[in-house]
Amino acid sequence: MIVPKNILVFVELGENAIKPFAFEAIYAARILADALGGSVVALCLGIEKHLADSLVHWGADSVKILVNPLFETITLEKALLAITPLVKDQKPYAVFFSATTYGKELAASLSAKLNVGLLTDCVSIDLGKQGEMLVRRPVYASKAISHVTLQGSGPHILSLRQNVFRGPGPDISRTGKVELIDFKIPNDRLFLKIREVVRESGGQIDVTEARVVVSGGLGMQQPENFKFLEDLAQVLHGAVGASRPVVDNGWRNYSNQIGQTGRTVQPDLYIACGISGSVQHLAGMSAAKCIIAINKDPNAPIFSVADYGIIGDALEILPLLTEEFRKVLGSSV
Amino acid sequence: MRILVCVKQVIDTAARIELKDQKLDGTALARVLNPYDEFAIEEALRIRELKHDTEIVLISLGPECFRDSLRAGLAMGADRAVHLMDPLFNKVDSLTTAYLLSLAATLLGFDIIFCGRQAVDDDMALVGPALAVYLKIPCVTVVTKLDFLQDWDVAVATRQIEGGSEAIESPIPALFTCQKGLNQPRLPSLKGIMAAKKKEIETFNADKLGFSLKENSSSKETLIHTGLSLPDRRGKGKIIGGSPNEVATQLVKILREEEKVV
Repeated sequence: MIVPKNILVFVELGENAIKPFAFEAIYAARILADALGGSVVALCLGIEKHLADSLVHWGADSVKILVNPLFETITLEKALLAITPLVKDQKPYAVFFSATTYGKELAASLSAKLNVGLLTDCVSIDLGKQGEMLVRRPVYASKAISHVTLQGSGPHILSLRQNVFRGPGPDISRTGKVELIDFKIPNDRLFLKIREVVRESGGQIDVTEARVVVSGGLGMQQPENFKFLEDLAQVLHGAVGASRPVVDNGWRNYSNQIGQTGRTVQPDLYIACGISGSVQHLAGMSAAKCIIAINKDPNAPIFSVADYGIIGDALEILPLLTEEFRKVLGSSV
Repeated sequence: MRILVCVKQVIDTAARIELKDQKLDGTALARVLNPYDEFAIEEALRIRELKHDTEIVLISLGPECFRDSLRAGLAMGADRAVHLMDPLFNKVDSLTTAYLLSLAATLLGFDIIFCGRQAVDDDMALVGPALAVYLKIPCVTVVTKLDFLQDWDVAVATRQIEGGSEAIESPIPALFTCQKGLNQPRLPSLKGIMAAKKKEIETFNADKLGFSLKENSSSKETLIHTGLSLPDRRGKGKIIGGSPNEVATQLVKILREEEKVV
């Protein structure tokens, strides 16, 4: 008997909407399932049924919505209680998560629960000659790539780096099954309580989710000058990043720090302004598709990874660049 | 109260990674205490400053050289250290590492466990949450602020999530993985370094933990590591020259028309 190789995708939600990177995980699962002749099952905890259609449009064959009033807020415990029996019961070939804070801790906890291997932050998934999964993931903060072959019938647990598995977008003609399932949560096993959720001001996108990241280093000279980066980021619908010394000086929040001990980003466009480019910083951004470096020092290491370099003062060039983008992208922004 | 802090030794973050036969040639590279583990140790020290009857025990699983990192943590101010070392531990996977740590934690007893958010070598972020699962205690990862209520029975951990942060309440005992921003780790003082030389590093072997290789996890058979590669050498390295105005116009044109990223 041939066992179908199904992929289960854990769908992460934010404020009653599906997070964009959840669609990336669905898309990656679709590609793999097509190659393996399996199907894609999306798992959601307590969403409105109509939202599930978008998961089908991105490639899910079926959507399971577990329903319980407690899913109004999701904690690691609740998600783990929900997903563990489902994986044990359905025996999928692979379980995909997004490599977010929640996705990573849930994937790691599930891995321990089931005593099966975990791969975090995967950036490519291919199939080998015998149909085995070949996975690549960055290690040493992206200074090297680890190649892993997955053997056996699974379940293999993977979290996928955001912004990598993008896909062509939804196909609204796709159809699939959406199931609502009442799920009981044993109350005596819940210890964690969410007291407060704070969104970053101005509804800015997170640096790991942004397609464009405009980053500043000490060459920005003073914290007030980050206004120039924010203006450019706004025009390009991007996010503002920072180098470690900037964060250590207290100019910017550490959640925006790009590099080995900060966040690792993989945007389409990374603009490094006044950043010399330490080994640790390069590790956090060198997987970006296109890198622009603006720096006064022609010997700055950042130029070694840049596609385009501008030797000059970022403070002088940034406003001109913002103005130029505003012009060509239309006055609406 | 007893706080356990799990630490790991990693290759210095400033090191350039070079490969030989698709493997890391790490012999000549400097090794340091995992940077995120410093936040974990510092947080334990801060708790002890407020609650004096607190004992801080470092735990690490690794080869002989890991003792240097345990010493570094003791020099920061931890009270004692436990080194999990046995020939049987040499090739265990991350899940088994977490399992062995859980055996040691149970032997030692604990109220709080701190880990780093991840080790900056394999970047798997597995051991912390897996350890919490094996110990059946609540876990909050990527913590940037930690407060205690009700006579140290309840913790409120603020942690980073995509696009913001959230505050999560958890009873103690619990496990927290520590992120930059939680605190500013202190540098060991000369006095601390001298004192660390006299502090105890106890070794726990497989016998002491009651561990046999049969308990090893299945991931060694399913995850076959076939090697490392370096990221594609990148950077077209084109320098755009001209007046600031010309540079801006030219760059926007390139990004729109050639690179098509905007």
